[in-house]
Amino acid sequence: MNTSVNLAGVTLKNPVMTASGTFGSGAEYSDFVDLNKLGAVVTKGVANVPWPGNPTPRIAEVYGGMLNAIGLQNPGIDVFIERDIPFLKEYDTKIIVNVCGKTTEDYCEVVEKLADTPVDMLEINISCPNVKEGGIAFGQNPKAVEDITKQIKKYAKQPVIMKLSPNVTDITETAKAAEAGGADVLSLINTLTGMKIDIERQTFAIANKTGGLSGPAVKPVAVRMVYQVANAVKIPIIGMGGICSGEDAMEFILAGATAVSVGTSNFHNPYTTIEVVAGIEDYMRRHKVEDINDLIGIVK
Amino acid sequence: MGEKVKEKAVIISQEEISLDIYSMWIETNAAKTAKPGQFVALYCNDGSRILPRPISICEIDKKNNRLRFVYRVVGKGTDEFSKYHAGTEIEIMGPLGNGFPMEKAKGKKAILIGGGIGVPPMVELAKQLDAESKVIVAGYRNLLFLDYELKACGDFYPATEDGSIGVKGTVIDAIVENKLEADVIYACGPTPMLRAIKEYAEKHNIEAWVSMEEKMACGIGACLACVCKTKEKDKHTNVNNTRICKEGPVFNAEEVEL
Repeated sequence: MNTSVNLAGVTLKNPVMTASGTFGSGAEYSDFVDLNKLGAVVTKGVANVPWPGNPTPRIAEVYGGMLNAIGLQNPGIDVFIERDIPFLKEYDTKIIVNVCGKTTEDYCEVVEKLADTPVDMLEINISCPNVKEGGIAFGQNPKAVEDITKQIKKYAKQPVIMKLSPNVTDITETAKAAEAGGADVLSLINTLTGMKIDIERQTFAIANKTGGLSGPAVKPVAVRMVYQVANAVKIPIIGMGGICSGEDAMEFILAGATAVSVGTSNFHNPYTTIEVVAGIEDYMRRHKVEDINDLIGIVK
Repeated sequence: MGEKVKEKAVIISQEEISLDIYSMWIETNAAKTAKPGQFVALYCNDGSRILPRPISICEIDKKNNRLRFVYRVVGKGTDEFSKYHAGTEIEIMGPLGNGFPMEKAKGKKAILIGGGIGVPPMVELAKQLDAESKVIVAGYRNLLFLDYELKACGDFYPATEDGSIGVKGTVIDAIVENKLEADVIYACGPTPMLRAIKEYAEKHNIEAWVSMEEKMACGIGACLACVCKTKEKDKHTNVNNTRICKEGPVFNAEEVEL
């Protein structure tokens, strides 16, 4: 049985990876999960300088999911390169570093610093507010998506994954813009902007007022968007949004995703990633499929 | 593998011991390594509630592999727990966090302070703490709970908001009125109480260890939801905040902003 997939020339032993921000840099979850069994570890977003993140409370549970506004707290690229990459290098898995920034220059600085490290791929979080453009997220404007993709590609030595925001009217527009800008791979979806009111305290449940919705509740939206994007671009897609099981992962793969990420479910069950790997294999056995690649995007 | 376990534990007993306050004993391998001041992540059987609830350990029975939790029903998750009967299985992960540094009390006068639902972790600490002397101060709204357990471990000074039992006022009022002296304080309770203890300890040059609380998702240090501000730059985060679930929940009061 072949479960390996190819993303822009990088071969993953299986299509299962972690979703940025839910798995740190892998150290905390390595008590539960053999990282060697994962297709890739996608790290928490890292910026050019340390970010302190948002005030607390940073999260709130909602029906079938959660809201988060962590604020991309991170130790900065220098500490990350010194500490987190060597840790991950000890494992036989691909390393994908998620990159965030406040300006195009911030992103490019991180990408440039990662150029000579043993990182396999870069994932660019374009759901951050662009401080030079009045705070609108890069990922909500197709022109901005194309521009930042082009800039990042100038500095990147590794294949570039553009992570798309679902907070748009038509996600195929930003997907096509990223492809036009030279993106090697797309990942989707990032979280959906939401809000929860604490009716007893009569205030917002999280300090940032709004937060990103993730978890099982968003899965149908995510599957729909992966399907739409798969039919709009030629580059491979990493699908994510509420994946808790092999069956969930198969929905994304059949809809057109070459690989999948497990995110919020790690909080509910730290073994989710390896259970998804096993679940995909079970599915392949049950359907007598020899190669996972024969299942990608076959639901038309 | 670390010393924490993720497993299905079995509920041994469930009992409402005060208004909306429940006591639950579970049988779990997490009891093997549990220490006072640590917590356990309890998962709801209702899958629509995806995040674990961090609940502090009230008592540890290593001989019978059991842990006791005393928790307040504050939302749907804890309400669900309160309806579990003996024999029900519950998914847990733990023990988590650092626990109270008990060695700091050796040969010293210690005051253990609990406020509201911060009282429960003081029980196991009071049982295990080896100090020259230990007194326990506990603040409640009006109804006492766990007072029998605490009285068995040392002199017990309650404070209630309405003055119905003990000193009327806060735990600080109880310390002042009873002229309690200490070299070291261990405390768990609401943030305003911890803030008052930090001030009191600084003023009287007392070492104070406080157990903090914040909304958590992963419980193991990955998601960075449960941070608190720190005086110095944190080694892990490289910014002035630290992970309550991992580096805490117990901190030297001097090192955190309250």
